[in-house]
Amino acid sequence: MTMKYTEDHEWIQLEDHEAAVVGITLHAQDALGDVVFVDLPEVGKSYAKGEVAGVVESVKAAADVFMPIAGEVTEVNEALRADPSLANSDPLGNGWFFKILIKDMAEFDVLMDEPDYAKFSAGA
Amino acid sequence: MTPSPETLPLLRTPLHALHMELGARMVPFAGYSLPVQYPAGLMAEHMQTRKSASLFDVSHMGQLRLAGPQAAGAFETLMPVDVIDLAVGKQRYGLLLNEQGGIIDDLMFLKRKDGIFVIVNGACKDGDTAHMQEKIGSMCQVIPLPDRALLALQGPLAVNALARLVPGVEKLVFMTGERFNWNGVELLLTRSGYTGEDGFEISVHQDQAENLARALLAQPEVMPAGLGARNSLRLEAGLCLYGHDIDQTTTPLEANLLWAMQKVRRASGARAGGFPGATTLLADHAGLTPPAGHFPSKKRVGLIARERIPVRDGAPLQSPDGKLIGQVTSGLLGPSINRPIAMGYVGAEFAALGTVVHAIVRGKPVPMEVSAMPFVPTRYYRGV
Repeated sequence: MTMKYTEDHEWIQLEDHEAAVVGITLHAQDALGDVVFVDLPEVGKSYAKGEVAGVVESVKAAADVFMPIAGEVTEVNEALRADPSLANSDPLGNGWFFKILIKDMAEFDVLMDEPDYAKFSAGA
Repeated sequence: MTPSPETLPLLRTPLHALHMELGARMVPFAGYSLPVQYPAGLMAEHMQTRKSASLFDVSHMGQLRLAGPQAAGAFETLMPVDVIDLAVGKQRYGLLLNEQGGIIDDLMFLKRKDGIFVIVNGACKDGDTAHMQEKIGSMCQVIPLPDRALLALQGPLAVNALARLVPGVEKLVFMTGERFNWNGVELLLTRSGYTGEDGFEISVHQDQAENLARALLAQPEVMPAGLGARNSLRLEAGLCLYGHDIDQTTTPLEANLLWAMQKVRRASGARAGGFPGATTLLADHAGLTPPAGHFPSKKRVGLIARERIPVRDGAPLQSPDGKLIGQVTSGLLGPSINRPIAMGYVGAEFAALGTVVHAIVRGKPVPMEVSAMPFVPTRYYRGV
């Protein structure tokens, strides 16, 4: 299934039509170091593209998690809240942050794909 | 135009190549490129230091020597600290003060037969040296030692590792220091550090620093650790970071560092006063009708969050009824205590242990309790 990436180092993967999962990239978790805390968005709330939807903190730093595209939060990863280190050990899998219902598929389509993101994060 | 520090090229320590080889992630700090962490990561490096031993490169720190018969007396004119009566071989914590009693820098000094060996913060070293030259340069020699590296070996097993290379170091106790010889290399060792653990700081000529670091890292107890772990370790140990928890606008009383002002320098001590800001500080301490506005209006306190939400440097502190009462100056999730801890300043009326204050994190109040420091018991070696 298609995974896309943002310049803020989030990934978003389609699950089904307009449903998608969001997390932080391998590069993001590596830059942060050991993740000790996450703040997740409110289920049922709608966010605009680029709005702060969560927070991820390591011992040394805190970073915002931005909404990759506009949508409504349908589920958050309670396992990640309980064990934030999942964001390090399995950032693209069990370390997912939240699920959304996409508002406008066109916003998804223009995000970076894997090769573009690899180039982008190598230069970042 | 003077270039800002950010635009100057970063300096490298004598261990730079070794850091690269070890896969360190480097960051700018105090004008130097320094390792913030190695591949093991901050958390592992922190835990390694608490259970075994870690090697830190702190060569960015300033080292200098004060020499001459008047050195101790001269140094006392800059600090509210007893230098004169400190015995040879002993180390002490000191505070350079400005005329308002604010802290110019905090430092460690070791009394030696041939002078006073001083270690100051990296970001402050040029200013400190100029300050000392200007104020006491006519009374003693102020000799910067820029060709010396500084390594910190910290942790409960540091002594095992170091004594294997340098027999005799195990006889030192906390806050003492001596010259040692390692394969013909002169080392100036103190048994002290910035982690709350037993350990040593080792001053060595820059040309020998890498050899020594490699020899230490070859010991089974020792792993490298970076600035990230150094910061989390020192905060758990309740130790101030200059520029965050103390600065020119905080006095030793506000910073809760009265213990660093020995009785002999306080009011009614044999050598009371005679340091910058003495009038203000001694009046404040005596609590006797000092000039209005000179009571410490703020106090440095330790804080532990009641929720598992990290609280960071800069977070405003409020009373439970929503009044601004201070600010967090250092904060993180303490890896050993496994709770969010912080230091900050609050109005004196909120400084009592057990007082609940609110740190404002992303607009929401996080209840924190004023708590005793250190947050994690220190394990200094004071002898048997």
